[in-house]
This record gives sequence, C-alpha cells and structure tokens, in this order.
Amino acid sequence: MIETDIAIIGAGPVGLFAIFETGLLKLRCHLVDYLPQAGGQLSEIYPKKPIYDIPGFPTVGAQELVDNLLKQAEPFKPSYTFGERIETLTKNGEKDFVLSTHLGTTIHAKVIVIAGGLGCFEPRKPEVINLDKYENGKGVSYMILDPEKYRGKKVVLAGGGDSALDWAIFLADIAAEVTLVHRSESFRAAPHSVNTALKLAEEKKITVLLNSNLQEVFGVDNLDIVTVLNTKTNEIQKIDADNLIPLFGLSPKLGPIGNWGLNIEKNAIEVNTDDYSTNIPGIYAIGDINTYKNKLKLILCGFHEAALMAHSAYKYINPEAKYTMKYTTVSGVSAF
Amino acid sequence: MEKDIKLTIVHNDEEVVLEVPNDMGLNLMEFLNANDYEQIEGTCGGLALCATCHVRVLECSPSLDEQSDDEFAILETLPVIYDNSRLSCQIKLNKKLKDIKILIP
Ligand SMILES: Cc1cc2nc3c(=O)[nH]c(=O)nc-3n(C[C@H](O)[C@H](O)[C@H](O)COP(=O)(O)OP(=O)(O)OC[C@H]3O[C@@H](n4cnc5c(N)ncnc54)[C@H](O)[C@@H]3O)c2cc1C
Repeated sequence: MIETDIAIIGAGPVGLFAIFETGLLKLRCHLVDYLPQAGGQLSEIYPKKPIYDIPGFPTVGAQELVDNLLKQAEPFKPSYTFGERIETLTKNGEKDFVLSTHLGTTIHAKVIVIAGGLGCFEPRKPEVINLDKYENGKGVSYMILDPEKYRGKKVVLAGGGDSALDWAIFLADIAAEVTLVHRSESFRAAPHSVNTALKLAEEKKITVLLNSNLQEVFGVDNLDIVTVLNTKTNEIQKIDADNLIPLFGLSPKLGPIGNWGLNIEKNAIEVNTDDYSTNIPGIYAIGDINTYKNKLKLILCGFHEAALMAHSAYKYINPEAKYTMKYTTVSGVSAF
Repeated sequence: MEKDIKLTIVHNDEEVVLEVPNDMGLNLMEFLNANDYEQIEGTCGGLALCATCHVRVLECSPSLDEQSDDEFAILETLPVIYDNSRLSCQIKLNKKLKDIKILIP
C-alpha cells in the first residue's frame, strides 16, 4: 500500500507540473500512469515535434519539455507507478480516498487529481484466436515494461513500426530467441532500425517473418505456441513461444474514469473553474481530461489549472491553516 | 454544385451521401469529426502521427495522390490494414476531389 497526500492519475505534462505546484505547498505526490514512461501524449505521440506555444520558450521539443518538467518536480521527491491503470476509486472514511490499479496496487490519498488527458493509452490488439486467454501474466503482453523479464525466453514480436523493430533489436541480446512477424514485404520504419534488424536476421540472431500474420495462440496454462500464416504461400508455421508481444501502437480511451460517479460530458470531466474541482469534494480534474465553457486543450491551460487546483487542495487538506501565496523568487524552492 | 464534393460514407452497413464544400480548407478527418463520427478520433490533429482516423477508400475520382512515407509508416502500425487503407487526415477536401466513397472500419 502506498500513502501520499495527493494521488495524481496520469503523468502527462499537466500531472507533472501539478507535482511542482503542490510541492510548493509542502504536499507530497504519487503518480500513476498506464504507460511505461512519463510524458503522456508528448512522449507517446510526438516526442520529436517542436512546440511553439509554451510561454517563454519560442520553441521546445516535446520530449525536452517532459524532461524539464520531471527535473522541475524532482526537489519534491514524487513517487511513480508506471505500467498500471487505475481501475477503481473509492472513499476511505470521511475525507480520504483509495485508488487501486489493474495489478492490485493500492494508493491511499487525501486528495485525488485526475490528469488523465485523453484517457488511458490502450494497446491496439490484433485479431488472433484465443489471444485474451494468455493476457495478464500468461505470456501475451502489449508493452515492454522490464526487458529483463524476457531473459532466456522465446519471444515473438509482431508489428512493422519503429517500436516493433527497436524492441526486436534490443531483445536480440537478452532473449533466447526473437521472432519478428510483419505482414508486409518490407519495413517502412526508421532506416537505421530496419538495417540493423535485417543484419541481425542475416546473422541469425533474430528471425524475421515477412508477409506473415499472427493466427492463433496455444498453451495449457501459459502460452506455448504461436501460429503464423504466410499470406503469400498460405503456409502455416508453428513457433514455440514463451511470450508474444503484439506492438500495434496505443490509442487513448477514457476507460475506467467514466465509472467513478463523476459528471462526464463527451468523454471529459465537468469541473468548477474556481479551482478545477469535480462534483466529488477532494477530487480534481486538470488538463485535457476536464471540460468547462471555452476549454482549450492546451498544455499552458493545464498548467494554470494545476496552480489553482494546488491551492484549493491545500485548503481541503488543511481547512484551518492560514496560507498566503508566495512567489518562488521570494520563497525559493525548498526541497523535501 | 460545382463547389461540392460528393462524399459517400459507408458505416455499420449503412450508406450516407453528403455534399461537402471544397473551399473550406478541411481534410476528411476534420469533416468526419465535425459530423460526429466518433470512431474518427484524430488525436494528433492531422499530423499523420496517431492512426486514429483510418478509413478505407472504396472509390475515388480523380484518384488520390499516393500515400506519403509518413502516412504509410503510421498505417503500418495498425493491427489490420487493407490495400485501400488511408489516414483520413491526409485526404484534402479541395477542388481536385470530385467524388469519393469511403468505409469507416
Ligand atoms: C500531435 C500533437 C500535437 C500537439 N501540439 C500541441 C502544442 O503545440 N501546444 C499545446 O499546448 N498542446 C499541444 N497538444 C496537446 C497537448 O499534448 C495536450 O494538451 C497535453 O498532452 C495534455 O496533457 P495532460 O497531462 O492533460 O494529458 P496527457 O498528455 O494525455 O497525459 C495523460 C496521461 O494519463 C494517463 N491515464 C489516463 N487514464 C489513466 C488511468 N485510468 N490509469 C493510469 N493512467 C491513466 C494516460 O496514459 C496518459 O499518459 C498536441 C497534441 C498532439 C497529439
């Protein structure tokens, strides 16, 4: 069990900046994100694109902004849970809350901040017979959280994008066997990755199956065999496999947030613009996940929302305390 | 009429025919989005980065330009694509286009 002042759902830019704003008020944060890394849309969709409308930065790379936000938050020693999706949110007594993830981690917090953006980035799943039977620890997964898990294993990867190729290359030295299944004749990913992968295939360090589609998965309890159809020859090949990792990208879905009794309008949470609180006292929603009159889904708007939320959350946690806002130029940043 | 494109949308086994202006500077993703086709999310705003606006082009006259490498690379990340798969954000609703029939998967 994790205990914290503020639990933040979503480690996108807005969730990250909320660590800083609440940290100035001496509140501790724990963040949870379903993605294996921080940064939300910026890291997942457009890490290499420049952003031109962050005040004070005529241009800043999306990943660079995320790295800077992480650094800015560091003095306040936030803790993170990556690769887990918040499934349930319940009340714990009068004021506190309990969050739990799909893997069973629980987090007790005084305030909940939902910074879930466009929702949870969910993997796109291919149509493969019996695929779901082997999810949740039985061999099939859609993201790589800890590559060491695949040491000495027989791994089948599927997909033709950068991430499928990059992981095939990375796992070549770790896994016992790596097979990369791709439906087309060639790859259109980054040329450097393509060349490296094809060279590894020549050296027989990985196997690349082109013009091939995943068909079916088999196993008693855990995954044992993946069958692959060659669309040119119509031949079906059986591959011994401990792990199958289809990598067909991620797309955001509102997900469990819709089931928590919050007022939702068109996949977004309605908030009071005084402090970005929701209809449940103690729960706030900031960034792309919220909606109000004239809402703009911009990073800078999310930053403003984080600042107002922080002061309101402070008062919610310390109703008696007197507090006046101080400039960081005056107070500095006192690390925890 | 000359200003319009005939757009036929096949979705859930239903066919809808719409007249779409060709002078609004829109792309097909933006148009479908504005017309409440929720499957067409357009998360990346039209940069060919997210593949949430995938459609199949059944007929088109005159025919569309070839896919760019970027469009193809992103389509490749989807679990299922077809020979006629396109990202609707890359289809411009401009004077060049007269008649197009698409299927929303
Ligand atoms: C291609 C592109 C270009 C853009 N360009 C600009 C620009 O130039 N300027 C600008 O200001 N904005 C731009 N935006 C918009 C900007 O990226 C968003 O406004 C910003 O990412 C919102 O940040 P956020 O922290 O609210 O949410 P997000 O970045 O979406 O992060 C939310 C996080 O919450 C996680 N999450 C959600 N639900 C759960 C759950 N139940 N459990 C665990 N984790 C969960 C998600 O996995 C995600 O990582 C652009 C967006 C895109 C896609």
